[in-house]
Amino acid sequence: MTQRAIRGWFLVHKWTSLICTLFLLMLCLTGLPLIFHDELDTLAAPGGRDPALRIVPVGSSAEAPFLRPLDTMLAGALARRPVGEVPLFMAFDNERTLMTITTGPTPDAPAADMTLQSFDRASGRPVALASDDGVMHFLLQLHTDMFLGLPGMLFLGAMGLSFAAALVSGVILYAPFMRKLPFGTVRASRSRRIKWLDYHNLLGAVTLAWALVVGLTGVVNTLATPINQLWQRNELAAMTRAYAGREALPPSRYGSLDRAMAAARAAIPGYNPQFIAFPGGAFSSKHHYAVFFQGSTPLTQRMLTVALIDAERATVTAVAPMPWYGHALALSQPLHFGDYGGLPLKILWALLTAMTIAVLGSGIYLWISRSHGRASTAAQVREIETGAALVEVE
Amino acid sequence: MRAVKRGRQSNRAIFGPLVLIALASLSGLVIALTGDGARDATAWLGLAVPVAAAAWAAWARPS
Repeated sequence: MTQRAIRGWFLVHKWTSLICTLFLLMLCLTGLPLIFHDELDTLAAPGGRDPALRIVPVGSSAEAPFLRPLDTMLAGALARRPVGEVPLFMAFDNERTLMTITTGPTPDAPAADMTLQSFDRASGRPVALASDDGVMHFLLQLHTDMFLGLPGMLFLGAMGLSFAAALVSGVILYAPFMRKLPFGTVRASRSRRIKWLDYHNLLGAVTLAWALVVGLTGVVNTLATPINQLWQRNELAAMTRAYAGREALPPSRYGSLDRAMAAARAAIPGYNPQFIAFPGGAFSSKHHYAVFFQGSTPLTQRMLTVALIDAERATVTAVAPMPWYGHALALSQPLHFGDYGGLPLKILWALLTAMTIAVLGSGIYLWISRSHGRASTAAQVREIETGAALVEVE
Repeated sequence: MRAVKRGRQSNRAIFGPLVLIALASLSGLVIALTGDGARDATAWLGLAVPVAAAAWAAWARPS
């Protein structure tokens, strides 16, 4: 690699890193506890792991005979809310008898006005889950959009792209730096700068694949809102064309959920419902229950298929798998959160996050301690070129 | 100094360990998506590779 090329990649690495490092540090520090949110929520509110919740033998929370009808569950949830609230979402835990029901003042209520209640579908009783205003919720908001809504999310997405560029330019600079050094070199007995330069290269190199995956899936997650809007405008609009122009169905005319679900199950047997979106919200038309089904194998579990059911008549009007960008978003969630392979995977996720924090921290240190400001770019390029073997001035 | 005596390494020698670590990490990330039980355990092994490589370099090799 020519000195000119090294200089170019060094400047790319320096600036893409400087742009994103502080935000990445925030994301790593808030992300660390979020990896264990299930375990921490359970500590905070043991109700969520209530042993009274039965395991559903058929692998779905919608068919077992001891489960209460969905209409009964919904009526119970609405009765606990002010008169006039309408149902927005109903979500299922397909391993246990747990379900959640989300209500709000209007069918198109924003997330801030929604109320989520959890129930045991075997007993019909509410279940206490970790509250919405706890520390974990604060960390999640900070991590997702820094309390700035969609602009905050998209901004963090841009930081993720900058991070990916820093990783790629960093691995390109790894080649000239390591030209004369064996893999794993840590010159701990040399100057502090060389020690941290070696750690920065080592940790950045070994975490590269994981960091790229978590970074880029994080970017995809920041696009959740535009992705859902795209789906609603294209696929969903096409599937509900026959209803275009009709007035929105008022909640008073919503028909039986149990009949709607039975019709959907008959249309696509072998799938389990993950959640139902009620008419008027961001995940359905103004006239349909949109039931999002997941496959029953681990691989197809995240590939959702939507069944649209006329909410008044309980007839299935369309069934279609989500488009590729919907699948991409669905797969990006586990790959970003690391919550899909048991506790050991979470612990490894935390260790890799800690290593990434070390890469970011050592990067800041290397930037601050750069060659005392004298011709610093040239000195750092020479440092990379020689593997820091010759430029040690002290 | 051992490092200098070894002379210049090819790109293949420099990136070989990185490619192996990246492949192990990516296999782990994907395998855990495809099932539970043995697949999860395989995934743990895959993602333990980058952590183990760093631990080996940090503790066993400082020079």
